[in-house]
Amino acid sequence: MIELCQNDILSWVLFLPLAFAALLAVLPGSAKTLLCWTAFAASVVVFAVSLSLWCGFIPGEAGMQFTIHKPWIEQWGVSYHLGIDGISLLLILLTTFLTPVVILSTWSGVKKNIKGFLILLLVLETGMLGAFMALDLVLFYFFWEVMLIPMYLLIGVWGHERRIYAAIKFVLYTMVGSLLMLVAFLYLFWIGKESLGYFTTDLLQLYRVAVPYHAQFWLFASFALAFAIKVPMFPFHTWLPDAHVEAPAAGSVILAGILLKMGTYGFIRFAMPLFPAASQAFTPVILTLAVIGIIYGALVAMVQPDLKKLVAYSSVSHLGFVMLGLYTLTSTGVTGGVYQMLNHGISTGALFLICGILYERRHTRLIDQFGGLSSRMPLLAVFFLLATLSSIGLPGLNGFVGEFLILIGTYGSAHPGYVFFAATGVILSAVYMLWMFRRVMFGPLDNPQNRKIADLSFREVMVLLPVTVMMFWMGLFPGMFLSRITPSVEKFIDQYNRKLELVQSVETVKSPLEHRVVFGPRGGSER
Amino acid sequence: MEPLAVQYDILRWIVLSPLLGAVVISLLGRTLPRKLTGTIASAAVGVSFFIGLAAFIKLKGLAGHGHGEQAAFLSDTLYRWLAVGGLSVDVAFAFDRLSAVMVLVVAGVSALIHIYSMGYMAHDKSYWRYFAYLNLFVFFMLVLVLADNAVVMFVGWEGVGLCSYLLIGFWFEDPEKAYAGKKAFIVNRIGDFGFLLGIILIFWTLGTVNFNEIAGQAPAVLVAGGSLATLICLLLFLGATGKSAQIPLYVWLPDAMAGPTPVSALIHAATMVTAGVYMIVRLNVLYLLAPAAMCVVAVVGAATAIYAASIGLVQNDIKKVLAYSTVSQLGYMFLAVGVGAFSAGIFHLMTHAFFKALLFLGSGSVIHAMSGKQDIREMGGLKKKMPVTYWTFLFATLAIAGIPPFAGFFSKDEILWKAFSSPQGHWGLWLIGFAAAGMTAFYMFRLVFLTFHGQCRADEKTKSHLHESPYLMTVPLMVLGVLSVIGGFVGIPEILGGGNGFHHWLAPLLGNENGAVQVSAGVQHWPHAVEYTMIALSVAVAVAGIFGAWVFYIKQPEKPKQLAERWPLLHQLVYNKYYIDEIYNVFIVQPIKLTSTFLLWKIFDAGVIDGVVNLTGSSVRGLGRVAARLQNGYAQAYAVTFLIGVLLLIGSFVW
Repeated sequence: MIELCQNDILSWVLFLPLAFAALLAVLPGSAKTLLCWTAFAASVVVFAVSLSLWCGFIPGEAGMQFTIHKPWIEQWGVSYHLGIDGISLLLILLTTFLTPVVILSTWSGVKKNIKGFLILLLVLETGMLGAFMALDLVLFYFFWEVMLIPMYLLIGVWGHERRIYAAIKFVLYTMVGSLLMLVAFLYLFWIGKESLGYFTTDLLQLYRVAVPYHAQFWLFASFALAFAIKVPMFPFHTWLPDAHVEAPAAGSVILAGILLKMGTYGFIRFAMPLFPAASQAFTPVILTLAVIGIIYGALVAMVQPDLKKLVAYSSVSHLGFVMLGLYTLTSTGVTGGVYQMLNHGISTGALFLICGILYERRHTRLIDQFGGLSSRMPLLAVFFLLATLSSIGLPGLNGFVGEFLILIGTYGSAHPGYVFFAATGVILSAVYMLWMFRRVMFGPLDNPQNRKIADLSFREVMVLLPVTVMMFWMGLFPGMFLSRITPSVEKFIDQYNRKLELVQSVETVKSPLEHRVVFGPRGGSER
Repeated sequence: MEPLAVQYDILRWIVLSPLLGAVVISLLGRTLPRKLTGTIASAAVGVSFFIGLAAFIKLKGLAGHGHGEQAAFLSDTLYRWLAVGGLSVDVAFAFDRLSAVMVLVVAGVSALIHIYSMGYMAHDKSYWRYFAYLNLFVFFMLVLVLADNAVVMFVGWEGVGLCSYLLIGFWFEDPEKAYAGKKAFIVNRIGDFGFLLGIILIFWTLGTVNFNEIAGQAPAVLVAGGSLATLICLLLFLGATGKSAQIPLYVWLPDAMAGPTPVSALIHAATMVTAGVYMIVRLNVLYLLAPAAMCVVAVVGAATAIYAASIGLVQNDIKKVLAYSTVSQLGYMFLAVGVGAFSAGIFHLMTHAFFKALLFLGSGSVIHAMSGKQDIREMGGLKKKMPVTYWTFLFATLAIAGIPPFAGFFSKDEILWKAFSSPQGHWGLWLIGFAAAGMTAFYMFRLVFLTFHGQCRADEKTKSHLHESPYLMTVPLMVLGVLSVIGGFVGIPEILGGGNGFHHWLAPLLGNENGAVQVSAGVQHWPHAVEYTMIALSVAVAVAGIFGAWVFYIKQPEKPKQLAERWPLLHQLVYNKYYIDEIYNVFIVQPIKLTSTFLLWKIFDAGVIDGVVNLTGSSVRGLGRVAARLQNGYAQAYAVTFLIGVLLLIGSFVW
């Protein structure tokens, strides 16, 4: 029995939120307290169950663990194939960790139809978990689209003034990418048949297919565009500020904390390992866009009058760091990139939670409406400051570990020069975050509407405490996380390089985008 | 020879004790009585000092017991912090001869300032918050000086910056103070950008971030005078200019005086701002491989020394004068390390910590008595009312002016001598340092005369409140006063009959002393007469400066005004600090803000990108409308379309 449970643990984690959502559906919509507590308890249970993944995970092993493989549509080779490695393990834990935090944060903020809201959050959780667990392209695509609908509704129904525009923009942007990705899927499906002799949508099998270079080019471009929109990479980011600003606080936290990681995860799990030669050719483009994103996001964040927009643009900057890390293709850089995904989820999640707390009290997001809040809200000041510092990468907190590894990896990659541009993010993040913090928290308390503002309630402390603890934990003791990420990352790099060589040996490449094949740490060049 | 590490487990408590203090005070500070809070904080730092002392004695013992003169250091490793790929970083501390000096100075001065603060901050409503920050600062500062690798040092480096930010903006309700805190942090971050890149380059070049390994491998791996070595050193130096307030990043330090005065004494004079000097000395082996970078360090140091001194001549805020003086003295330290006189730099760092901390604490005592006023034009004649403050302040002033046998004389004289005589030195550098020394004596005695001598110019209300400070404040002043007098005796040069023990103590760690790096050949041996002359000259210029101040502010007090009126433009220029803040604002800050607001955000983001997105949306809708019109229900129209289609198809086949 235990054995059985062990084998199906991923399915349990995956479908528990959905089951709880069904349970919520039968509860009366008017029993608000009951609904809130049930949803919260449900998400805590999911988190607890997911912790067994952490305990059962074998850190040194790079491959997929806890795999479940059941046939689904046999004649097309579609299967229900789940499995996790060190990278998806931590993203899954991030998801199950943030969901209870988010649910707890919505208790007072959501005014209408909280039942629907909570159900959607749980459905969304299943969608996100599925996307992180899926090892079959059809399955992945299914969950990828499943995520879209609840998020659309969260923004469109519970959002602020311009919610409809933002929701539609969000869906259109994502759909464009998704459709391209779907077409690419189908094409890949045929190439797979030609190469393997049978139809399959299984990711691990498709990894073995050496896709001809000319096909790779277009396939990669389609995948990359879909994921780049999700990340979002410059210049496909303009849906993000609108979506964040209009989304309810909980929606922003999920969006920034987890959904954006679908993009970067898509790169590392699908686009890069499936089409390494094309990915290699695109590397300079992607690195450049990543670095532009870092600087551009920071500069535009700096001048935002709206708190949430500021944090949204800072996400563009931070995700630029993640993309930079992934494309260093060094174990430090990619590990740093994955770590930065988690960090961003924690610290930006915290910042959006704080935006929500402030919005609930003052019904505004405009920075100049605040000022001097520290004297009225000393507790919030502490949490806010820590989230700010985590976001700007102060050593000792989580953000530094990711940024530092990425920068180290960048200099050790085939394109070391980018490090000098990326590192300006260190300066710029301090500029926009501290400027914002000063305008909100310091100075005289001169807006009369802020005079009676209340400090954090016990519930709000309970919302912010777990994320704050994680900032310290991941900053001071990154070892236990890194030891799980790094082996999978190294395997990813190894596969990438081997497949790259395979494709190149099969055919002589003629491409307008000349690609260089220089790998590994460049260290010791002076030696 | 690889240095010998001796495990010493209690080393970690030097660092952890103030951290524990900070944690206890943050959690319980609201409920504890004030006296107890201050006592806990001071005791926590005291513990660090005494463990440091014990470690120092142990280290001395090692040196004497045949472990090899240069080799031994104490080490304590806590855990492996980061390990990915080839990178591995331990949270580990190393107590060698250099960090021994730093720990004792930092913990000692910090303990005194903690005690002083118990008196100075006694009536502040956020008393516990102050001590929590202060303890946290000492924690990070000790991490910085004890770190055995560059990454952990960076943790301390950023941490002290954070505490500086929090303490400058301690009274955050005042927008100016909050602004000053933010400015300090951001300007420091510009430096940190360089430091971080420097660390990364070191890692990829040498494969390690550990200081001992860097020192061991650099001479073999890096090409002396090569561009990589120069680049690394310049990047690190950029970090140093931020933290240690050198041109062009010094602008935050004068504004940092917005913090409580003991904070200015501790962070912005005695300890944190010297971190840049410490870092360069710590990595002196790298710098010796990059003569060009050392030249830059020396020139920037000398330029900062004289530039800041000139601004100090005309400021009227007692703390601003001291702030510019600090910038100037830090310039001396960089001048020293830039010409390869690393031990002289650290020597001056130490004596400066004593006398500048004392000057700031003394000014705090004055401000305390003056009910918060800081303008020296409103002071005068305080000598009688505040004898302890006066006499200790005077000692410190004599020390900074370089009058023998006060502490500053020995360290400054060594710097000037090395600037002149060392292979990397130059008489031009000496001349700048020499001129700045005269200015220093002048502006410091101007301060003394205007504050303590003459008639009291304060209003009656302030006058009636004038009083000497309580013991909690005067006792630290006296201790520092003693140190300002005798602190230089550890480094009396051989030519004056001393053994220069300080220099010999540090020598094993310095690349140019132990032969790890061959300095450019041709070390000149100067005749004693030259050295005596130089000493005489530097004393003479100090005396001249003091005399000038006496003439201007005691004998003919109307003179300064006349001079200012005769050269109004020059006076305005210097008085307004050469308008550097304004220049930075107009040429850097505003353009970035405007570009970001208009070009990037409003035009590019909202205009171009969103324009394309919205255009795509509306053109799809338009296409839909056209398509909808085709479906008009007329059979003839369908037939025509059908016919056209067939013709096109046939045409394509025929083609």
